[in-house]
Amino acid sequence: MTTTDERPAAETLDTDLRWETACPLERLQPERGVAALFGDEQVAIFRTHDGSLHALGNVDPRSGAAVLSRGIVGDRGGEPIVASPVYKEAYSLVDGRCLDAPGVSVPVHPVRLRDGLVQIGLR
Amino acid sequence: MTDTRHLVVVGNGMVGHRLVSALRDRDEHGEWRITVLGEETRQAYDRVALSSYVDGTSEEELRLAELVDPLVDLRLGDPVVAIDRERRTVRTASGAALTYDALVLATGSVPFVPPVPGKDLPNCFVYRTLDDLDAIQAAAAAAVAKPGPGRRSAVVVGGGLLGLEAARAMRLLGLSPQVVEIAPRLMPAQVDEGGGALLRELVTGQDIAVRTGVAVSGIREERDRLVATLSDEVELDADLVVFSAGIRAQDALARSCDLPVGERGGVLVDARCRTHDENIWAIGECAALEGRTYGLVAPGYAMAEVVADRLLGGRATMTPEELDMSTKLKLLGVEVASFGDAHATTEGALEVVVNDPVAGTYSKIVVSDDAQTLLGGVLVGDASKYSTLRPLVGAKLPADPVAMIAPGGVELGADALPDSAQICSCNAVTKGTLKNAIHAEGCRTVPDLKACTKAGTTCGSCVPLLKKMLVDEGVEVSKALCEHFTYSRAELFEIIASTGIRTFTELVEKHGTGRGCDLCKPAVASILASLGNGHIHEGEQATLQDTNDHFLANMQRNGTYSVVPRIAGGEITPEGLIVIGEVARDFGLYTKITGGQRIDMFGARVEQLPAIWKRLVDAGFESGHAYGKSLRTVKSCVGSSWCRYGVQDSVGMAVLLELRYRGLRSPHKLKSGVSGCARECAEARSKDFGVIATEKGWNLYVGGNGGATPKHAQLLVQDVDQETLIRTIDRYLMFYIRTADRLQRTAPWLEGLEGGLDHLREVIVDDSLGICAELDAAMALHVENYADEWRGVLEDPKKLERFVSFVNEPGTPDPTISFVTERGQPVPAPRAGDPEPVLIGVPAFGRQEVQ
Ligand code: SRM
Ligand SMILES: Cc1cc2nc3c(=O)[nH]c(=O)nc-3n(C[C@H](O)[C@H](O)[C@H](O)COP(=O)(O)OP(=O)(O)OC[C@H]3O[C@@H](n4cnc5c(N)ncnc54)[C@H](O)[C@@H]3O)c2cc1C
Ligand code: SF4
Ligand code: FES
Repeated sequence: MTTTDERPAAETLDTDLRWETACPLERLQPERGVAALFGDEQVAIFRTHDGSLHALGNVDPRSGAAVLSRGIVGDRGGEPIVASPVYKEAYSLVDGRCLDAPGVSVPVHPVRLRDGLVQIGLR
Repeated sequence: MTDTRHLVVVGNGMVGHRLVSALRDRDEHGEWRITVLGEETRQAYDRVALSSYVDGTSEEELRLAELVDPLVDLRLGDPVVAIDRERRTVRTASGAALTYDALVLATGSVPFVPPVPGKDLPNCFVYRTLDDLDAIQAAAAAAVAKPGPGRRSAVVVGGGLLGLEAARAMRLLGLSPQVVEIAPRLMPAQVDEGGGALLRELVTGQDIAVRTGVAVSGIREERDRLVATLSDEVELDADLVVFSAGIRAQDALARSCDLPVGERGGVLVDARCRTHDENIWAIGECAALEGRTYGLVAPGYAMAEVVADRLLGGRATMTPEELDMSTKLKLLGVEVASFGDAHATTEGALEVVVNDPVAGTYSKIVVSDDAQTLLGGVLVGDASKYSTLRPLVGAKLPADPVAMIAPGGVELGADALPDSAQICSCNAVTKGTLKNAIHAEGCRTVPDLKACTKAGTTCGSCVPLLKKMLVDEGVEVSKALCEHFTYSRAELFEIIASTGIRTFTELVEKHGTGRGCDLCKPAVASILASLGNGHIHEGEQATLQDTNDHFLANMQRNGTYSVVPRIAGGEITPEGLIVIGEVARDFGLYTKITGGQRIDMFGARVEQLPAIWKRLVDAGFESGHAYGKSLRTVKSCVGSSWCRYGVQDSVGMAVLLELRYRGLRSPHKLKSGVSGCARECAEARSKDFGVIATEKGWNLYVGGNGGATPKHAQLLVQDVDQETLIRTIDRYLMFYIRTADRLQRTAPWLEGLEGGLDHLREVIVDDSLGICAELDAAMALHVENYADEWRGVLEDPKKLERFVSFVNEPGTPDPTISFVTERGQPVPAPRAGDPEPVLIGVPAFGRQEVQ
């Protein structure tokens, strides 16, 4: 996660990361996701109301459809979430865990903003 | 820990099964090792629901919870044939001998077959086990398949609860049933004369012939069929005969080892359920508790609990006075219930009867001589009050006796009951236990309560009361939309309409908390749209829409979308058909005629949608809103344009209505139909609003529903002209849009509307609330501002921007999507670990909601 004022909240030290550009920041409407493709990896990218950026794996574990980016963004008890558009389970934007099914989760990717571009860290 | 002792249970029926599960639940230290010996070859199943087997309920669904436990040894298909009390051993048919420390007889009953000549002929059956039903089904199928004219028929001997269930089963199997009952009325044990007369009428109305006051005196074979002779010398032809004339306790084992039995059969037991032999117990239908047998499951379950307790050193006893002999006919579409002292045998008991032959209902309650205490009752035709009245037996009446059963009288909830009242009689669960489950164990839903207390898991008749209890205890009462708004949808509607707030952010900051979720955002989006807020993707609104509304198409299970252009009234030109065909062909889409008289094209990827819609819009099509909580279709029949019976132009009317209400956002989807005459080919009465032509004008029906809980629409206004019709529909829809809950269709909305249909008529026809002008204005605004959503997208590059597969590779198709060909068309290729089928209402994977 990072904030839009270019001061990363928790810039990762993982040097193995490969940073890829997804899109300019304006392309992200607050509280609506987009999908990006890097090789065969699909990432769902979100910008929340307070300006934070988040990136999760795009595949909904329940249906297998690559659609998490098309879910509704909101919060559960203050934790930012996206609701899968297929069967509506909520996934935490912070750690990718499913709030409605214990043990289920989606991958989380580091995100950063460089020169107005949203970049995703891939392993 | 003591040494393990050995319990042998004879019989793996409902009660034997309950004993084993109750004992295993409580026997924490493994004091008992259990062997169950069952005569039937199947796992224990729900005999109470036996008849649903002919409706297609499978053996698996009827099966009771499996007892997989190292301390339980289940041996099926091996009945016990002898008991040696001295040596404490039992011998089974296969020759096995087992020594017991305690023996429980749970052998149930055998059907009583009157000793008439011919009773053992082929095609004569009893009705007790799944094997019986398999045999009956096979015989019925063979009879139906026989060549030759005439309906195949079945004689059902006995017109009690079981006989009526059996008769209905025969009808479901394609036979004409004839019920023969020796008593002067049906269900003589439960129902009084007045109720019996009405019951007969209702049963006859179900295509079941009834003869009372006569007995079957003999059966013979004649030309490949059976002939049953009755005591009045009438002869009935039948393909099969089913005996359901009562049951006799299965006490053969007890008799053979000289255990005393009751005068009318059944192994004699005391209040501990113990026989005269200290080591032998008897429970369920085979037991005669202080001389009396009980043919219902609830007393058997109570006995099982007593014995489980006693085996572990407890001191539980049975008190026969408390045994609940209430019954409710489960099937047949005829409601009958009887409870408590239904026949008013208590000294000085008074009977209060409300008999309404027109409505087809008969209600009687029996009260104590001072009219203070409820003793029992009989309900025929409408048994909806059963679940609230039965637990009140023995308690002080909360209201005037007549008011309690009169139509429109007092509505009783669980709050009227004392904590000691039994809410679920099958499983002896009291109101106090349920309250505890709600408050201490955190049960929040009916399934929670079932899992936690077993209430509602047997006959199901207490389930309405479980729901009411949750409401009374403050659980489901909350109409709050979700954690972000404490308001109901209707309240939010009023807030938005009166404050002029037009963005979600302002609304949630002033009237809610947090940032919303998938429950409140689409609801607010729908309210904003109903109030005429421009294109649904305008500004921040775009972020509130569910994925379907966001892409103006319905998401399918593989992430592709379906495309449904509007075909108003189902009327389409050949050119229109050709365009749809060409588009589907060019984009490789699967096509299907829908249940709503239009054509659905499936399998469009998100980035293909604009190009597909460009072609459709250019050819004059517009969005069909198949994705929206909005008007879907107005189905029509051909009506007077073609049909020789049509009295009005139903297609014209359907097109007019569909174009008027297209795009109207509402709490849930809206469907309509227009039929050209009373033959009703457009199925208008299954719709949210349905119109049927009459010689004089139009009839308007409202609140119909297909789906999971079908409801016929009710007549709101009759023989009105076109202008009145449209005005009435305008107001009805707007009133619904303002006051319904989120995702509440018109049928449940109307049902929950205080005052019901009459109130609705007062509000929108007589303007009792003075809001009609407002409703009219709101609809006028909608009609004036309607614009095709898809055209709106195609004309706005900013809106088109989102229709890409990937921000960084806009044209690349989603690599996870692939198709296979089925019957000449593409369908989603199966995926590894494809979703398990989604069951409505079963929380298989956390929260889920059907769109
Ligand atoms: C396509 C169609 C089936 C077909 O192949 O014929 C269909 C398909 C769907 N129906 Fe339906 N229903 C279709 C006619 C019906 C009908 C029959 C009718 O309209 O005459 C009914 C019963 C009538 C009624 O609604 O009262 C019907 C009752 C439902 C229900 C249950 C509604 C209820 O009140 O219980 C749902 C679930 C819901 O809406 O919550 C549902 C939901 C759905 C959804 C939207 C499920 C989903 O979320 O994916 C399906 C997706 C449609 C799509 O992608 O285009 N569908 N659905 C029919 C489209 C009609 C149309 O032209 O718009
Ligand atoms: C069609 C139908 C509808 C009913 N509807 C209702 C209702 O709505 N409400 C209600 O309360 N009750 C209803 N009942 C009655 C209810 O099913 C019984 O009260 C309940 O099943 C009794 O349980 P039980 O264990 O005593 O007997 P059963 O369930 O009959 O079980 C006894 C078992 O013991 C076995 N057995 C017998 N002898 C031996 C032996 N020697 N060795 C080994 N095994 C043996 C039998 O094969 C049987 O499997 C209905 C019954 C039927 C048939
Ligand atoms: S409803 Fe009446 S008018 Fe319409 S098609 Fe059927 S018979 Fe003809
Ligand atoms: S009363 Fe039968 S299940 Fe509750």
